[in-house]
Amino acid sequence: MSLTDNAPRHIPDRLRSPLQDRLVSWESLLLAVAIAIFIVNSLASPYFLNAWNLSDATFNFTEKAMIAFAMALLIISGEIDLSVAAIIALASTAMGVAMEMGAGTPVLVLVGLGTGLLCGAFNGALVTKLGLPSIVVTIGTMSLFRGISYIILGDGAFRGYPSSFSWFGQGYVFWVISVEFVIFLVLAVIFGVVLHKTNFGRMVYATGNNATGALFSGVRVDRVKMILFLLTGLMSGLAAICLTSRLGSTRPSIASGMELEVVTMVVLGGVNILGGSGSIPGVVIAAFVMGLVTFGLGLLNVPGIVMSIFIGLLLIGVIALPRLWTMWRKRAG
Amino acid sequence: MTFQASEQSGDTAFAPVLSLDNITKTFPGVKALDGVELHLYAGEVTALIGENGAGKSTVVKTLTGIYQPDGGQIMLDGKPVHFPTPQDAADAGVTAIHQETVLFDELTVAENVFIGHAPKNRFGLIDTKAMHAKTTEILASIGAPIDAGVKLKDLGIASRHLVAIARALSVEARVVIMDEPTAALSQTEIEELYDLVDTLKAQGKAILFISHKFDEIFRIADRFTVFRDGQFVGAGKMADIKEAELVQMMVGRAVEQLFPKRHAEIGDEVLKVVGYSHPTEFEDINFTLRRGEILGFYGLVGAGRSEFMQSLIGITRPSKGVVRIDGTVQVIRSPADAIQAGIVYVPEDRGKQGAIVDMPIFQNVTLPSLHKTSRNGFIRLAEEFAMAREYTERLDLRAASLNTNVGALSGGNQQKVVIAKWLATQPRVIILDEPTKGIDIGSKAAVHDFMSELAAQGLSVIMVSSEIPEILGMSDRVIVMREGRMVVELQGDDLSPETLVRHAVGIQTKGDAA
Repeated sequence: MSLTDNAPRHIPDRLRSPLQDRLVSWESLLLAVAIAIFIVNSLASPYFLNAWNLSDATFNFTEKAMIAFAMALLIISGEIDLSVAAIIALASTAMGVAMEMGAGTPVLVLVGLGTGLLCGAFNGALVTKLGLPSIVVTIGTMSLFRGISYIILGDGAFRGYPSSFSWFGQGYVFWVISVEFVIFLVLAVIFGVVLHKTNFGRMVYATGNNATGALFSGVRVDRVKMILFLLTGLMSGLAAICLTSRLGSTRPSIASGMELEVVTMVVLGGVNILGGSGSIPGVVIAAFVMGLVTFGLGLLNVPGIVMSIFIGLLLIGVIALPRLWTMWRKRAG
Repeated sequence: MTFQASEQSGDTAFAPVLSLDNITKTFPGVKALDGVELHLYAGEVTALIGENGAGKSTVVKTLTGIYQPDGGQIMLDGKPVHFPTPQDAADAGVTAIHQETVLFDELTVAENVFIGHAPKNRFGLIDTKAMHAKTTEILASIGAPIDAGVKLKDLGIASRHLVAIARALSVEARVVIMDEPTAALSQTEIEELYDLVDTLKAQGKAILFISHKFDEIFRIADRFTVFRDGQFVGAGKMADIKEAELVQMMVGRAVEQLFPKRHAEIGDEVLKVVGYSHPTEFEDINFTLRRGEILGFYGLVGAGRSEFMQSLIGITRPSKGVVRIDGTVQVIRSPADAIQAGIVYVPEDRGKQGAIVDMPIFQNVTLPSLHKTSRNGFIRLAEEFAMAREYTERLDLRAASLNTNVGALSGGNQQKVVIAKWLATQPRVIILDEPTKGIDIGSKAAVHDFMSELAAQGLSVIMVSSEIPEILGMSDRVIVMREGRMVVELQGDDLSPETLVRHAVGIQTKGDAA
């Protein structure tokens, strides 16, 4: 029974290549859905296949997707942040206050990002230092952050942002390629690399799969979670800058309900809501799917309420289909 | 009461109320019960005695309908019975007070006592009045001054325990099983429990009393039955046996030479622990560990061994104490610090603490060593696979591929992945907590063999184990812990099954009040 007696058995690295895994993945299914929606849209409306119209359509998802990338990592780690839309409101309000005090664009950007970071730090501290469940903490801070906005603004609004500030939400880098779309692409690459190619990303997966096991394996679980809350806050601050710049004004009701659209995007992208699995490419495709659906329905003059019904059905359908498929196959086989 | 006593000392005295005859229960890879017998008599307390893993809990679960025996017969009043569900056992009058009965904080005492079988009124709704009355009656019968209407969360530990007992007695019980009932009780509470046992005896109930503590068994039991490794060893009356004989029966066999302990050069001191204490779990732990040494930690379940080890690697914070490695004081606040200091821990709970079962083998192996397989924080897959291959092949892991999830492996192979993970960090000290628990014989031998090889290569090993043969076969030195304290340190000729058990159950300190 001694180990040295028999030569060690060779264990292969993998049985299937990563490419094979990718072909049967959630992301492939989602990509097929995206292409189908694209085709249906271009058949349904003559205005769909127009470069400027398509460019406009990206604004349906760019701001949400910025947050969704960070949220994807947070949900993979087993936590969630429902206060993101409220952070946008607070960050936007803070920028408005700074603007009234005469701040220029660089300061406004710092105020927006800084407010986001502070809010993220507050959420993260409550979750990691006090051990409170993040869903409860962030439902609480959701009311808190937006409440502060309402106290400051009441029924009013901040207007009159400097013209250079409008670059973020209204500027174009090249032809129909907007600044926001470029930010979205750059963030997609950065978050994809961080999650899939770095030690930190591996620790995020380990934490979400089994936080106790990760802790026992030397992962500083609380530090990982704190960083993710900070990142989510920072991205919410960035989204606040883009959205405020695009709208040109701040009202306390800004971005209301956006947290659910962000979570929808993440889940649609194949991230397990219970943590442990998911990918950034999935979230990118999900962003396009949601953008295309909203835009296509808009072109067909479908009212907003029906649109939200459609998005809800899409989410349930895309999640339920694979489960139904395996159930049906089991019964048949 | 005299009437009841005379009734049972008559013709029924030798006819057991409940008997287990030749009961067998097999789990994959383990024969938990191998043809055991057990007899319980009305108005008498029978103590069931055995080491950890002797099969005591399996018997309780068989008696209460949680497990179905694979073979043998359960007899009630001489007639064969089956308990397909816990409810059937309860209906037959067999009830158990478990080590940790699940109670409901937000419900009242009466609701807790009658949960699942509350008396109903004519509308089919719960008859609260009757329920309270019955609860008060039961509580009075066990001398518990508790109001049936208060919520459980407002009661202290001792009262909760009485509620658990009342719940067991709320069915028309004839056989009462008490599974380590004193484990969480203070001395006065234990005395009250003894009184309660006397009351139940006087009511003519047959009692099965499971305990590790010899003083308790000699204080309260009328008869004993000893199990060892799932087999029946012996039974008799307490009056006819001495402690030493019981210990001998519990431990029994000579230790087989299953354990290939190789000679290892014992070198310089590597680890020194001084005055390690925790507010509740353990106190004043002191020891040194040398290069190439295997140090065993023996004790009963709950002696504080795992709690101490987890504190040593920074999972919980000690209240005081110093750890030195090679003479240098180490501040360990998290497992990450412990890894850096060269102390690693293979936990007992493999599925939860040891491995991340939903992740692939190679990612499990490299998790604590990611800084070695990466460049500037970026993962290098080829190096990860190389590291995982090197260490898993050394342990003769059997797996389809390194990309297979750990959860798909057998217990023994999962344990190999966990050990490979820690060896890859190149530690100075490796702590193995019940390293062979729940794994098959073949993997067991492989783990033992490997442990010995590691020591021979100069690693220092701490092995926490409740298996006496393993402790005796593998350790150079053994520390016995009881109730959070180091009781004794044994080596050489002082090491024998009897001395280990005596120290672990605390026979030698029977006289003092602690």
